[in-house]
Amino acid sequence: MTVDNLQTYFFTEAGVVKAVDGISFKVKQGSIHGLVGESGSGKTVAALSVMRIVPRPGKIVGGRVVFDSTDLLSLKDQEMRKVRGNRIGMIFQDPISSLDPLFTIGSQLTEVLEQNKEVSKKEAKEEAIKLLEIVGIPEPEKRFNSYPHELSGGMKQRVAIARALIARPSLLFADEPTTNLDVTIQAQVLELLKDLKKNFDMTIVLITHDMGVIAETTEYVTVIYAGQISESADTRTIFLNPKHPYTESLLKAVPRLDKRRELVAIPGNVPNLIDPPSGCRFHPRCPYAIDICKEKVPLLEEAESGHFVACHRWRSFR
Amino acid sequence: MHATDGGAFVKGCLTLAETLLEVKDLVKYFDVFQKGIVRRKRVGEVHAVDHVSFSVAKGETLALVGESGCGKTTTAKVILNLEPPTSGEVFFEGMDVYKTFSNGRADDKLKLRRSMQLVFQNPYSSLDPRMTVYDILEEPFRIHRHIPREQWKDKVYEALDLVTMEPYHAERYPHEFSGGQRQRIAIARALVLDPKLIIADEPVSSLDVSIRAQILNLMMDLQKRKGLSYVYISHDLSSVRQISHRVAVMYLGEIVELGYTDELYEKPLHPYTQALLSAVPIPDPTTKSKRIILPGEVPSPINPPPACRFHPRCPYAQEICRTVKPQFEDAGNGHMVACHFWKKFA
Repeated sequence: MTVDNLQTYFFTEAGVVKAVDGISFKVKQGSIHGLVGESGSGKTVAALSVMRIVPRPGKIVGGRVVFDSTDLLSLKDQEMRKVRGNRIGMIFQDPISSLDPLFTIGSQLTEVLEQNKEVSKKEAKEEAIKLLEIVGIPEPEKRFNSYPHELSGGMKQRVAIARALIARPSLLFADEPTTNLDVTIQAQVLELLKDLKKNFDMTIVLITHDMGVIAETTEYVTVIYAGQISESADTRTIFLNPKHPYTESLLKAVPRLDKRRELVAIPGNVPNLIDPPSGCRFHPRCPYAIDICKEKVPLLEEAESGHFVACHRWRSFR
Repeated sequence: MHATDGGAFVKGCLTLAETLLEVKDLVKYFDVFQKGIVRRKRVGEVHAVDHVSFSVAKGETLALVGESGCGKTTTAKVILNLEPPTSGEVFFEGMDVYKTFSNGRADDKLKLRRSMQLVFQNPYSSLDPRMTVYDILEEPFRIHRHIPREQWKDKVYEALDLVTMEPYHAERYPHEFSGGQRQRIAIARALVLDPKLIIADEPVSSLDVSIRAQILNLMMDLQKRKGLSYVYISHDLSSVRQISHRVAVMYLGEIVELGYTDELYEKPLHPYTQALLSAVPIPDPTTKSKRIILPGEVPSPINPPPACRFHPRCPYAQEICRTVKPQFEDAGNGHMVACHFWKKFA
């Protein structure tokens, strides 16, 4: 999948919020690609834009999303509906609200199949039970008839994953799939995502703010700040050789389990996207900012093969 | 953990410094009712906190860690007498907290309240949206009236300065601030009364990653400057390592392990602590941690498993774990653990 100069704006009464403002990145087939950023950075809106389910007053105003050599943004609504669920799945952050409390787990799973593929009720049920088993739900036949409230948070997230997978999409968006879960359950869910990638040759875009989750599960990372891409590279490079000051600051600001060290806080706050800072959007918080950073928007340049960075000064670091 | 272990355990902590807070054999059960036509029937109880003992020294940070539902927040509420304990005692500077609140002098009650303050998880709901920052920070004085009115204003601005906010922020309302700034205001509100102990319940969990470091650094800085003690409640083991001197690990209402932070992180003796620590992803792709994946989920605290509560999920469980409750033993250097097989991991 290739995202090219995607722009999604929210037209609110207070003004135009440029939630996603010219994002470009490539997701390699069969990989787990991380989208990392803070809340309000536009990582979720980017995923919603690819799926074309941006809520009002949001609107995709420009760009291209090429998936399987078709531009998703140029598809008719009806054609897009076929892509959604069928070829691209999505898991949301909050499993409690993403499952409908009024329907059984089973009916929510088979609904997807009946919408997308021509299968009989019986086949759909068999497939659903098989999938519940794959995502590690004990007693899947029994759980098929359960309601969401009868399951724990971790189990609900597994059901949500099963629902996203049931039509066997080749691309899966996972939006903070573990943020509401306890660490031991988070570990189970992340293992499950890795298994899915391996066993089904699935491409996964993992959206998170947790650098630890990124380091342990992804192969490629795109760092988003205030609706724009700061840096994009393979995971090792991002952590060992970050070229953007935001990436570097973020890594210095996160506490680590394996050692105690001085935390270097990033001063200030995430900017307001109605009136974002001029030039480089990170410049008010950047320790290396110079005059040009205030005036000119830095372009996303390829610093090394496969390592993209949007900073005026990347050449002078290290 | 039972009352008899409390003594040895407290001794272990006393070597550090003067004890400020002592929690002895604290129990909090909540009744569970079944709705009936005529009257409700009591069908069981939630073992939210089950015989928990620990102490906090002056100037120390003790972290209470564990997964959701393990009883860490309830422990905090009972310490502050926001919930009455089922049994057990809490001493603050030698004063019995529960007795003071139930039938002590009004003066003593207010003094206790001033000495122990709470910072909540979500600064979006813990600050009254209709009050300016100044009003929020002055309200404690209006309630306590322990210092002359002329001094209130100075104290408010002093607290704002302590949390590195500007004087002009005082005239604004909470909605004008970001999450990190709101949490600073909440910390300032806890500080205006010059408390000795601050109980911080997940103070950075709802904040952005880039803001968390600001608040953690602020808390550590305040501790140095004012000699504060913290009870830091969190499920985020990375921030706990950063901020706390000692850590108590809770599972289903019980403390299963307690020790100095570095020792506990480097040599965890309880299988639950080991699994918990191994589950945390480390932001460094070059360290490949060996992950212990625990089967299943935390059981219901209504009818917790007998004997060792962790045995249904424990990879090392033996017959004895199902039948005999492990004692809370001292593994040396104040490192306490409740497991039959801790020697295997030492």
